[in-house]
Amino acid sequence: MPIIEKLPLTLIINGVETKLSVAPWTTLLDLLRDRADLTGTKKGCDHGQCGACTVLLDGRRINSCLTLAVMQDGARVTTVEGLAVDGSLHPLQQAFIDHDAFQCGYCTSGQICSAVGLMAEGHATTADEIRELMSGNICRCGAYPNIVQAIQQAMAQS
Amino acid sequence: MTPFQYVRAIDVAEAVRLIAADPSAKFIAGGTNLLDLMKEDVERPSRLIDISRLPLKTVEETPEKGLRIGALVPNADLAYHSLVAQRYPMLASAILAGASAQLRNMASTGGNLLQRTRCAYFYDTATPCNKRAAGTGCSAIGGLNRMHAILGTSEMCIAAHPSDMCVALTALDATVQVTGPGGERTIAMSDFHRLPGDTPQLETTLERNEIITAIALPPQGFAANYSYLKVRDRLSYAFALVSVAAGLNLEGGRITQARLALGSVAHKPWRDAAAEAALQGQVAGPAAFTRAADILLRGAKGFGHNDFKIDLAHRAVVRALTQAANGTPQSQSNKKIA
Repeated sequence: MPIIEKLPLTLIINGVETKLSVAPWTTLLDLLRDRADLTGTKKGCDHGQCGACTVLLDGRRINSCLTLAVMQDGARVTTVEGLAVDGSLHPLQQAFIDHDAFQCGYCTSGQICSAVGLMAEGHATTADEIRELMSGNICRCGAYPNIVQAIQQAMAQS
Repeated sequence: MTPFQYVRAIDVAEAVRLIAADPSAKFIAGGTNLLDLMKEDVERPSRLIDISRLPLKTVEETPEKGLRIGALVPNADLAYHSLVAQRYPMLASAILAGASAQLRNMASTGGNLLQRTRCAYFYDTATPCNKRAAGTGCSAIGGLNRMHAILGTSEMCIAAHPSDMCVALTALDATVQVTGPGGERTIAMSDFHRLPGDTPQLETTLERNEIITAIALPPQGFAANYSYLKVRDRLSYAFALVSVAAGLNLEGGRITQARLALGSVAHKPWRDAAAEAALQGQVAGPAAFTRAADILLRGAKGFGHNDFKIDLAHRAVVRALTQAANGTPQSQSNKKIA
């Protein structure tokens, strides 16, 4: 098989322009964790089934495990590390603490990034709608009731 | 993933040239199913041709008051598009019944048509599968086949097509616009997917060197009387056991036109003109709906674990038609089935 060259790529990760060279098969998730040292984004299933890898790509929530980094050349990526502003937690981060919306915490950064996307989309108002539109984020500890309350708090504040 | 080369196509013509030049290349758009299959070594393309930047991302009204949906419109954008929500709520509902918000943000309209079955044996490269490795046998027949097809199966394959969107597109008489080396052509949605027969590895009538550019919807959207009812093992984010897309036109309680398609029961969205014809002119009610379900499911055959799907599908058809007739479509957030 032919030698496959690494490809140059520029991403704006949490507001910082980042230039890298990656093999074509590098997922955005692996780039964030292994190349950009941003390990807040978690690898759960690596198949788009759990939502732990959720990040915001140009403001939209996606599964970072199911996209190739090279396909996103030029995009803005926001991870959980990029949500706080000047040391102040994002309202959703504070709401998750206020409502104890996690137990082990492994799904939490994905839950919070997903909830940021959910609020930006603006299609959820009721608890039923929040549950439905957060269904791509699995919490095996079962913190769902508190997660819904946390999101409702952040929505009420916004 | 098996290593591969990556190239980005700048226009449709170049995409067609690139795919024709390499018999083991594949297009990638949203990537949500292809990358998953590549991680499992089910798909091993030598080269990925990135078509995600092609200018196929608009939803436009056609001169005859239908819609033309670019193949790269993300599923979420399509579901929430105002014209789709108003005129084709059955399609919006079906899209929102599928996958998760994150996946719908990435997955493309054209890619949804080309997604592969979620048969566990197709995914498991350690087991025989005629779809993945022709001639090795079907592990699902006699295996764990709870999710599998009950209609149009063959001795070679009992896989089910997993899409929700495609069920509504089939019911709505959508057409698929494709471009290949010989130019453009249009494929009716009901002709786009194939039954397994002796060649379960062939899932669509799209030629290898063709690219989907758009989906077209005719004007008739059944916006007043429709339902998309999806029955699954958990309330959200699961593939259907059975789904039903139903659309009715009513005049004084009688059905003047009916559309009915089933999902997750066959290798393609399942539609039967005789079931729809049996509804025409009838009073919208349980007698006509039961008869339509009888016709739609004639010839249904279970394989053990999925025997329940025959009864389930029958009841779901009657329920979805009832919801459509009453103007009370199934909600995709409050999952209580009214």
